[in-house]
Amino acid sequence: MTALPAGGCRDLPVLRERGQREVFCGLTGLIWLHRKMQDAFFLVVGSRTCAHLLQSAAGVMIFAEPRFGTAILEEKDLAGLADAQTELDREVDRLLARRPDIRQLFLVGSCPSEVIKLDLAKAAERQSARHAPHVRVLNFSGSGIETTFTQGEDACLAAMVPVLPKTQARELLLVGALPDVVEDQALALLAAMGITPVRVLPARRSGEMPAVGAHTVFALTQPFLADTREALLRRGARQITAPFPFGEEGTTLWLRAVADEFGVPSDLFDSVTAAPRARARKAVAAQAETLRDRTLFFFPDSQLEVPLARFLARECGMRPLEVGTPYLHRDILGPDLDLLPPVPVLSEGQDVDRQLDRARAQRPDLTVCGLGLANPLEAEGLATKWAIELVFTPVHFYEQAGDLAGLFARPLRRRALLSPGAALEAAE
Amino acid sequence: MKLTVWTYEGPPHVGAMRVATAMQGLHYVLHAPQGDTYADLLFTMIERRSKRPPVSYTTFQARDLGGDTANLFRTAAQDACDRFRPEAIIVGASCTAELIQDNPGGLAEALGLPVPVIALDLPSYQRRENFGADETFLQIVRHLARPMARTARVSCNILGPTALGFRHRDDLAEITALLEEMGIEVNLAAPMGARPGDIARMGAAHFNVLLYPETAESAARHCETAFGQPYTRTVPIGVAATRAFIAEVAALAGTARHPDEARLRQPWWAASVDSTYLTGKRVFLFGDATHVIAAARIARDEIGFEVCGMGCYNREQARALRAAAKQFGVEPLITDDYLEVEAAIAALQPELILGTQMERHIGKRLGIPCAVISAPVHVQDFPARHSPQMGFEGANVIFDTWVHPLVMGLEEHLLHMFRDDFEFHDAAGPSHHGGHAPRSLSDAPGALPPHPQDTSERKMPEAPAADSIVWLSDAERELKKIPFFVRGKARRNTENFAAGKGLNEISIDTLYEAKAHYAR
Ligand code: SF4
Ligand code: SF4
Repeated sequence: MTALPAGGCRDLPVLRERGQREVFCGLTGLIWLHRKMQDAFFLVVGSRTCAHLLQSAAGVMIFAEPRFGTAILEEKDLAGLADAQTELDREVDRLLARRPDIRQLFLVGSCPSEVIKLDLAKAAERQSARHAPHVRVLNFSGSGIETTFTQGEDACLAAMVPVLPKTQARELLLVGALPDVVEDQALALLAAMGITPVRVLPARRSGEMPAVGAHTVFALTQPFLADTREALLRRGARQITAPFPFGEEGTTLWLRAVADEFGVPSDLFDSVTAAPRARARKAVAAQAETLRDRTLFFFPDSQLEVPLARFLARECGMRPLEVGTPYLHRDILGPDLDLLPPVPVLSEGQDVDRQLDRARAQRPDLTVCGLGLANPLEAEGLATKWAIELVFTPVHFYEQAGDLAGLFARPLRRRALLSPGAALEAAE
Repeated sequence: MKLTVWTYEGPPHVGAMRVATAMQGLHYVLHAPQGDTYADLLFTMIERRSKRPPVSYTTFQARDLGGDTANLFRTAAQDACDRFRPEAIIVGASCTAELIQDNPGGLAEALGLPVPVIALDLPSYQRRENFGADETFLQIVRHLARPMARTARVSCNILGPTALGFRHRDDLAEITALLEEMGIEVNLAAPMGARPGDIARMGAAHFNVLLYPETAESAARHCETAFGQPYTRTVPIGVAATRAFIAEVAALAGTARHPDEARLRQPWWAASVDSTYLTGKRVFLFGDATHVIAAARIARDEIGFEVCGMGCYNREQARALRAAAKQFGVEPLITDDYLEVEAAIAALQPELILGTQMERHIGKRLGIPCAVISAPVHVQDFPARHSPQMGFEGANVIFDTWVHPLVMGLEEHLLHMFRDDFEFHDAAGPSHHGGHAPRSLSDAPGALPPHPQDTSERKMPEAPAADSIVWLSDAERELKKIPFFVRGKARRNTENFAAGKGLNEISIDTLYEAKAHYAR
């Protein structure tokens, strides 16, 4: 491996923007959360816009009847709030009667429900009492005035923490909704090091929800779980901090932090990780040929930007020009910021038109952005990677490191294949 | 409160976006939270637009509430004018901003912007996307168009095409060419392609051609009253409708020049012997009322299908649809709940569905072929090639599109004759469907090829009260001899027949009695 650029971004000044944002709201998280939690239903209390967002953000419709839906507020619900609570009870009763497979129900707040101050906590409490013990009802906000994209998952997990059972056991808790296949890989690696049992939040089924207590140690697998982290700390659990498990290096450092906490001997650690490390390195190297020395620009989206920039810079040789993120949680991202070679611009928040001006001026080789911006930037001759794919695709840990690099390499390879300029003329 | 999973229409401000995005030189300042910016991707991804929609969102957050959301709006409006230099702006609120009552219209008015400000009042909790488009276009016309002298040559405006419309781009090109062939000048088309300055000279046209009542009927009515411009009532989808449209236009324009029909192939394609197999195929239609009514006429009169059910999701046009359904002797289905639509289709068991992207999914789940005739549509319904629905070329396109999902006529015979031959085994399916050949329908829902993103959590609607019926093995064997593409229907019909007769076993005799019973 080539010598890594030195430095760190922890103390870099941050460009704070407070203009127009071009990001999804937290409701979007329901699309992956409902796949993960197999006996949960997510009921958004919102407007037609919320329903339309969910349908559109899924990109394609997950047809059949998914385990999420929107209780659309109507004129009469806005007028009398007492009635809105009754209406909501009726919809919930109907839903639960039709879906006996549902064991957890989340009432998800939206901008309209929050602006009219519809008290979903009260509703959840009342409905919990009514449907106990078969169904537990919780609430959280996925609204666009409170949450940005992946913060929806954070709000959901944070809402679960206070009701998790108590334990005195010294146990490891992994926090973050990962695709099952990735989660299983992580658990297998940890088991091979002798770390068992390991609990996971969120669990796949409500019956398997973890317990927490003063002897729980937890490791985040996603960087956007700030409120969940706070909630776990309040329950007395302790956090293992590490860079996030993206790429070979990130995964190794993350696993090592956990292994150190549990006193895993280093020869055992090495023997467990050697083979997958080698595989990951090889897979990343193949993609890095395309990525090396290419410039990179992140629009704020999922809060994965800093760890991904670290991976792309250190393991793939890319040169980040701007790393934009909706929120920069130094407590959580510290280890990644330390590793990230100094970047010209580290920005938090957004003023989309000004950021577009910066991107246009710098003409990065690859721009990571949302779906609304991708085609317009492509039409201006900039290669793009849709950020949403990074949260829908398995990208964590060793076996996905090559795929992760591949997500960024593909748009560049594709551009090289297509005859230059032809697409631009046609897009006019 | 109403539980909704999938919707046919977005909120009304998305309708306003469809108008703004279709036009040039117009900007939309929308008071809305950040998540509402998702709507941009409808245009950039589904329609593959190369530019961002001309929309500035204020993206207020919780901390701004009670503080100064109004000021955020002022800044956004001012910035949009400075940066994009539009010729006019439209301003409005999304569902959330409607609740905080900042009055975007008043705020923008007070800014003294150098361009016309058009305020939209779109009730988000009552109305939907089509209403939003129609109302927005009406307000734009009302604000900008003035009465004026008619053009010297006879001319018309074309009203209705918007961004994200089903084949609007191609319909517009087709109808523009048709009108030109008739010697009628197109004064302007709007919203698609029009600038605010063009709207101002709308009054110069002699009459209006209304392509889509869903998006432009209010504007057409306004022009009729304000400028004395009559407008066309016939929507030129289908051969007969196109001819009627030509006659209507000719009467309005006082011209007799009939456009060349040499390109029209549909009538011969329908008459040729290969199309015999289309006879009496039962079709179910669902979509916006305009497209459904037009499609029903084509289905019955120009292809020889039997219309077994029809409906629309837009209540604004429900009356027209009800009247049409009466002519076809079927129950109209007016709903925006796709579950109701699915139940209707499951009960009717049509051989072909003509619908929206929602019905395409329903068709996939029920194993019934589907062709798309109406918005809402997905990315593959914005083809690269010219592919109109209107005019003579539209008639050709429609024939090809509807027939495509069906097994081709000759193929149907071949499959039947050689069904035991390994190459023609049941699972082969129609040969022109490459990758996703339908699997055998006989083996219950699980056998359907899953859509890659389909999570298929829900069971298919059950055949009524048929679960407890047992197929005797010789009847089961006989059933297998029926070609796969009708076998599912044969199975359901037989079971329904048996259930109706109170039988709990199906023998070969039951099978053939059922066949005789259902034979038309
Ligand atoms: S099948 Fe997939 S791509 Fe096609 S309309 Fe449905 S969601 Fe869209
Ligand atoms: S931003 Fe608010 S109103 Fe818009 S979709 Fe998200 S929760 Fe609904």
